[in-house]
Amino acid sequence: MEQKSNGLMGWVDARYPATKTWEKHLAKYYAPKNFNFWYFFGSLAFMVLVIQILSGVFLTMFYKPDTALAFQSVEMSIMRDVEWGWLIRYFHSTGASAFFIVVYLHMFRALIYGSYKKPRELIWIFGMLIFLALMAEGFMGYLLPWGQMSFWGAQVIINLVNAIPFVGEGLSTWVRGDFVIGDATLNRFFSLHVAAIPLILVGLIFAHIVALHEVGSNNPDGVEIKKNKDENGIPKDGIPFHPYYSVKDIVGVIVFLMFFSIVVFFMPEMFGYFLEHANFEPANPLKTPEHIAPVWYFTPYYSILRAVPSIAGSAFPGVIAMGAAIVVMFFLPWLDRNPVKSIRYRAGWYKILVAIFVVAFIVLGILGTLSVTDGRTLLAQICTAYYFGFFFLMPIYTKLEKNKPVPERVTTK
Amino acid sequence: MKKTILVLLLTTIAMISTGLTMAGGGGYPKSPANVDVDDMASLQRGAKVFSDYCLSCHSAKFVRFNRVATDLGMTETEVMENLNPLGVKFGATMTAVMTEDYAKESFGAAPPDLSLVARSRGVDWLYTYLTGFYADSEKTTGHNNVIFKDVGMPNIFWKQEGVKKAVYEEHDGVKTLVGVEVVEKGTMAPEEFDTMIRDLVAFLSYIGEPNQSYRKTLGIYVLVFLFIFFGVAYAMKKDYWKDIH
Repeated sequence: MEQKSNGLMGWVDARYPATKTWEKHLAKYYAPKNFNFWYFFGSLAFMVLVIQILSGVFLTMFYKPDTALAFQSVEMSIMRDVEWGWLIRYFHSTGASAFFIVVYLHMFRALIYGSYKKPRELIWIFGMLIFLALMAEGFMGYLLPWGQMSFWGAQVIINLVNAIPFVGEGLSTWVRGDFVIGDATLNRFFSLHVAAIPLILVGLIFAHIVALHEVGSNNPDGVEIKKNKDENGIPKDGIPFHPYYSVKDIVGVIVFLMFFSIVVFFMPEMFGYFLEHANFEPANPLKTPEHIAPVWYFTPYYSILRAVPSIAGSAFPGVIAMGAAIVVMFFLPWLDRNPVKSIRYRAGWYKILVAIFVVAFIVLGILGTLSVTDGRTLLAQICTAYYFGFFFLMPIYTKLEKNKPVPERVTTK
Repeated sequence: MKKTILVLLLTTIAMISTGLTMAGGGGYPKSPANVDVDDMASLQRGAKVFSDYCLSCHSAKFVRFNRVATDLGMTETEVMENLNPLGVKFGATMTAVMTEDYAKESFGAAPPDLSLVARSRGVDWLYTYLTGFYADSEKTTGHNNVIFKDVGMPNIFWKQEGVKKAVYEEHDGVKTLVGVEVVEKGTMAPEEFDTMIRDLVAFLSYIGEPNQSYRKTLGIYVLVFLFIFFGVAYAMKKDYWKDIH
């Protein structure tokens, strides 16, 4: 699309692809016109990223990564002495949980509409890498306030590394930088949390979006809109992202901000799920809390870890299962053999399998916040078995599906 | 087929709910504190109780006197004369009168800092704890507590509250603590004592998060703004999309 423009933009465009980029990614990026509710969560995830980076920059100005000062710098300086510090801190703590909520919903969208399928496998893989980086970011950030749960949560997770045969002990010492979680650990987690992982995240998000804009967005019907183009080469079912989806996403952002504000201003602790009660006590390596639970967004995987029985006193099988639970998702594009993308045109029983998968995932999440009893362990084992069964048996059952006819063009209500 | 799956789903949900109810149980029931952090008179009385009783052994090292004065509507003189037993500077924080070493020697452990106790324990726990002391001759302090068994802290309010004894219920040979009853009257009427404890808990809640009232007020304005913004944005979306079918 060559065009000559004059004035300042013309001068810039001769030297830098400003207009070209604007058009390729916004004004002339044609997105299917039938996006529904589930399509808000991509832009919302980006929005939360911006909230986290901005609030994080200000928190970093007052936070002190030192075991003797960290707790006080958060609970006294930031929460009491710094003007508006409390608000910025609640933005950041609520933003962390909000990030996982929108990302989980974003991933669920991909699952039900088959957005991971050809030609979008790389988008899915970049997305999974973003999810991994986000987990690392959340885990390391949680140590920084240096409260009881910060310390003991990190203790439990880092000790998992010990379960790896032969190299475990050395590896966990290497991660901590000490034989116990201490100043060295806090300093490196701070460095990784504010510099290394955010850079990786931004890079991966860039790749995620570049890959998306190369092949184009999927939609709730799973129909490729590029197969039906008009005489100008524009998809018949496509509309320019800007202004159509930019104005629509603003509405989504405001609704999101309403929920976000309700938490920030009226229930920042979210009943102990976003800010755990025990974390209002400074870290005390000599006093183990009676109940250690990771933050809610890790609890499904924590449940899988606990559900797998130890072998000869080693928790290694559980660690393997926890890792596998995430790794298996990377292979989703190749596990699902059904050529139909959207769940709308797939077998009725597949919808039920997905519904049970969601229930199993939520049950695992709830169980992960609770202490262990025999009944709960059994329930966690059933859900873990279902979780893996859902993925591992996928190549078989997705071939047995009787699909409904897929329309030629996208449908709107 | 669908019915079987539905039954399966419902059983799972039933299993989760049983799991959750089982988690809720355990421990002595907490009584609601019903404190109002917007009641300045209550907070001021609570601050006085805090300074007279708690500050002897406990600190509130994240709380500055001048901040308390501003938030509770007190003058510098009022705060310095009534709330500051050590006579530290107006801008300084609430330090315990007793030194940490002395406390360790006397009680075996340093009394915890109370700046955030309302956030780590919750106000209902604090109220139940402060009204939950009962006479127990087996303890060196002479008292035990319904919600914090074998607590090291002595029952500092015994003169005001009077002496209470534990009430047990026995089921199948298992004795469970169900409450306390007064056996010796204190210098305060029960209602008077109750008000004093609620004032104190209200103050502890305030110092746990001094901004909490302002946070909620601001939240209302933010939501009103977002609501109006939503109307505008939604109208704009409708207008742009009117040609898309």
